[in-house]
Amino acid sequence: MSLLNTMPEFMVTTKVDEMLNWTRKSSVWYMLFGLACCAIELMQTGGPRADLDRFGAVPRASPRQSDLMIVAGTLTLKMALRTKMLYDQMPDPKYVISMGSCSNCGGLFQLAYSVCDGVDKVIPVDVYVPGCPPRPEALTEGLLKLQEKMMQERWLVRRESEPTTERA
Amino acid sequence: MDNAAIHARLQARFGEVIGALEPGGEAAIRVRPSAMSAVGEFLRSDPELAFDCLSNQSGVDYPKRGEIEVVYHVFSYRHRHACVLKAAVPRDEPTMPTMAAIWPTAIWQEREIFDLLGVVFDGHPDLRRLLLPEDWVGHPLRKDFVEPEEYHGISTKRASMF
Repeated sequence: MSLLNTMPEFMVTTKVDEMLNWTRKSSVWYMLFGLACCAIELMQTGGPRADLDRFGAVPRASPRQSDLMIVAGTLTLKMALRTKMLYDQMPDPKYVISMGSCSNCGGLFQLAYSVCDGVDKVIPVDVYVPGCPPRPEALTEGLLKLQEKMMQERWLVRRESEPTTERA
Repeated sequence: MDNAAIHARLQARFGEVIGALEPGGEAAIRVRPSAMSAVGEFLRSDPELAFDCLSNQSGVDYPKRGEIEVVYHVFSYRHRHACVLKAAVPRDEPTMPTMAAIWPTAIWQEREIFDLLGVVFDGHPDLRRLLLPEDWVGHPLRKDFVEPEEYHGISTKRASMF
């Protein structure tokens, strides 16, 4: 009796890495982290018209349940320390989308004494979404880019020198 | 009551503590800061004036004059009139009485002025920084404020816009 006769009628072959990545990218739970006006667009993106939920992304209220932090808005120096603390509380694997000019580079307020010009001064960023604020379509595109990046992860190959979610 | 009448009434009650009426779109009455508490109490309780709302309180730094001006915008819902009071405190020792007992909204406003300009309000129930982190050094709305190089390891050096 050949092997094929014992197999079920339909079957899918894949790699473990790809299967892991596929499950992870299909349930990106993002933390509700609106800091300024970008948060309004973030709510729109999660709302019924743009509907981030169709990509498996649902908002969570706690960093301990989140895979993704969407930094939406102006990051003040006071908030920067708290952002770092929240990021540290997220379980690995974790990702960061920097949404809008303010969290990308400080934006309009970058010369102010109280503003941290760029969230990447505090935590590593995976995807930068430009715009002031970005439209829901732009943020959706950002999430799709992040999903592309997630599909490239190789969990079974342990890279000693370069951790995947932390900057060297 | 218009500004001149309010000014005359205050001067009749308090005398030389009340300074000149500054002309302008919003005429301002100068008040000696140490008397501000009594003046505020009078503004609120006098039935002719009845200023029941402190609509804004702010501070301005004048380094050349060596003064910080605390500005009060008061409004009366009963009589529908408003006026502006200014009290200038010395820059090197900016201390003046609080308005918290007269208009409770001053609790927040005075915390903000303390935070950004460093004016100390005597008798304030809870004089802490309002906006900036508690370990912040300096008062950034003073014109001679020098920004620290870094804040908790975060560099504050920024690329110039020009």
